[in-house]
Amino acid sequence: MILRVENLHAKIGDNEILRGVNLEVSPGEVHAVMGPNGSGKSTLAQVLAGREDYDVTGRVLYEGQDLLAMSPEDRAVAGVFLAFQYPVEIPGVGNLYFLRTALNSVRRLRGLDELDAIDFLSLAKERMSLVEMDESIMSRSVNEGFSGGEKKRNEILQMAVLEPKLAILDETDSGLDIDALRVVARGVNALRSEGRAMLVITHYQRLLDYIVPDVVHVFADGRIVRSGDKDLALELEQRGYAGLAQRPALETSTPVGATP
Amino acid sequence: MSATATTLPGGLERLEPAADGHHPAWVGRARHDAREWVAEHGFPTLKDEDWRYTRVASILEIPFEPALPPTSPLPSKSAVDQVAGDLGGTRLVFFNGHLARQLSSFADLPPGVRVTSFASALVDDAPLLEPVLAGRSREHRHAFTELNLALAEDGAIIHIPAGTTIAAPIHLVFVSAAVSPLVSSPRSVVLAGARSRATIVETHVGSAGVYLTNAVTEVVLDEGARVEHYKVQDEADSAFHLAALHVRPGRDSSFSTHSLALGGAIARHEVRVRLESEGAEVTLNGLYLPEGEQHHDNPTLIEHVAPRCTSRQLYKGVLDGHGRGVFNGRIVVHPGALGTDASQINKNLLLSDDAEVDTRPRLEILTDDVRCTHGAAVGQLDEDAVFYLRSRGVPHQEARALLTHAFVRELLELIGVGALRSHVENQVAARLRAARVGVGR
Repeated sequence: MILRVENLHAKIGDNEILRGVNLEVSPGEVHAVMGPNGSGKSTLAQVLAGREDYDVTGRVLYEGQDLLAMSPEDRAVAGVFLAFQYPVEIPGVGNLYFLRTALNSVRRLRGLDELDAIDFLSLAKERMSLVEMDESIMSRSVNEGFSGGEKKRNEILQMAVLEPKLAILDETDSGLDIDALRVVARGVNALRSEGRAMLVITHYQRLLDYIVPDVVHVFADGRIVRSGDKDLALELEQRGYAGLAQRPALETSTPVGATP
Repeated sequence: MSATATTLPGGLERLEPAADGHHPAWVGRARHDAREWVAEHGFPTLKDEDWRYTRVASILEIPFEPALPPTSPLPSKSAVDQVAGDLGGTRLVFFNGHLARQLSSFADLPPGVRVTSFASALVDDAPLLEPVLAGRSREHRHAFTELNLALAEDGAIIHIPAGTTIAAPIHLVFVSAAVSPLVSSPRSVVLAGARSRATIVETHVGSAGVYLTNAVTEVVLDEGARVEHYKVQDEADSAFHLAALHVRPGRDSSFSTHSLALGGAIARHEVRVRLESEGAEVTLNGLYLPEGEQHHDNPTLIEHVAPRCTSRQLYKGVLDGHGRGVFNGRIVVHPGALGTDASQINKNLLLSDDAEVDTRPRLEILTDDVRCTHGAAVGQLDEDAVFYLRSRGVPHQEARALLTHAFVRELLELIGVGALRSHVENQVAARLRAARVGVGR
């Protein structure tokens, strides 16, 4: 088990956004989390990555460690990666420099040697080809003036360089046209491996045509209300979230989502 | 100005120059007038518009003595290289305001160029200085510029003949260290002949003690001259630094200055430019990084008197700890200054809840047909960007330093002298690394 989420609650002030999330993910699995806007999917992603704006209760074990006790940077070093729904623009910091700083920081804290400029550049170029990233974009400031597609590809590039064990992709399909979606999905699929789990958060079933999940969870009202295999996504596409929401929520006393 | 409560016994105005020897009579008169002026007008208080954010009362209470020419061992040349940077070319090193010849180097300079000390110029080149010192602009006086004139014994005098280009920067290094409270009053003058070109770098560094650097630098540009000026202020944390840079650009001349304020307990770097000749361009850039209990004040005054002059100002502040910064930028466009093009930008980054900044643009536009823009901003680090970096494995402190560095980079990149830029980049990077930058709030 790489990730075990038990009765996770998160709120900002009096506004409770996560209301008892239970989830288990094994290495190599791709889990999709689908749900309507405002259901709390992105909050789940942010809380797992270590965003400090929330009051969080419950338990999250990542490779047996207490994830909630770790700083965001420690989570990254341990192998957790969040591809942001809205990647942040950082004027004045070059994209390539940012990527190298991140990789070397992670390597240093993992007890590995830092990569020098030349070794890093060859690694970066190789990974850039995964997401068909143009080299010219690397000398620009991080995400500044990037198109929606460039921002999302930049997220996947960072994932390819940092090589996480648990990648959380938050609405990676939003704002992408079909061509950009194919490129991003191809990059993600290339990064699927036995040692790497993924949590793919999406509003639309469309992305799951390209990134085929092992498990699909339906998220509503701050928790997972149904789990199933990839066909659940198709059912959702036909019936809509409203149709599913009318069903009683699953018992959540036992964690759902684990593959047998 | 008010003299009350500032003319204290033991105050600065009682001081007399230590050596008042072989000077022409007009020097004695100018010093006397300056002392009289201080006695009559007193020291500035918070009621003075130009001083309303900088309280000098605490400085006036200190029993300063004028710094004497050094008798104790001087720092080594390599120590000076380390703190001030080695820019090659001509370097004048002053210790507590007095020229230290053995630390200075005089590179080959084009024919006719004179680089000398104020002390020798008073003896050998007095006619050159008289129009500058005796004819200095009256409206720019305040107690500290007058005190400087009354007490000035040394400084740098640079005279560049018409049509002459000096390729390497001329570096003026002012090193201070005080056991008991000392005041040094360096007076520097740059006279740039028509169509001449030069780069002047002023570095003020201090190792220890309570001292006051009360510096005045005057730059006079003839027609078509181009002067780049840099000023790095890295005084001891217990020191006071009050400086004035007065610039008189000639027709179609170009002057730029870049200041970096790092040190000092109270530091004020004033720039005053009077654009009296048509077609001149001036650029004033500044970066101030107060932390701890430091106070950095940056008053600027640009007077557009003649038509078709351009002025550009970009000042940025990064404020940490209980640091306080001030940008007090005044632009006056006089009647008749047609076609004036002036812009002024001040941006500030607050790294701590206890840091404070006052940004105060003052535009007085007394004519039509001008282009005048200004903008001021005060903000904090973008927490979304901090989280983004942390989520990529960059530790909190480093993430904040990286973003802060990105904020100041724009100004560092404008430093045209490569060796100075890398020296200053290292200083700034060390400051940002050392700063606690509010982690763990």
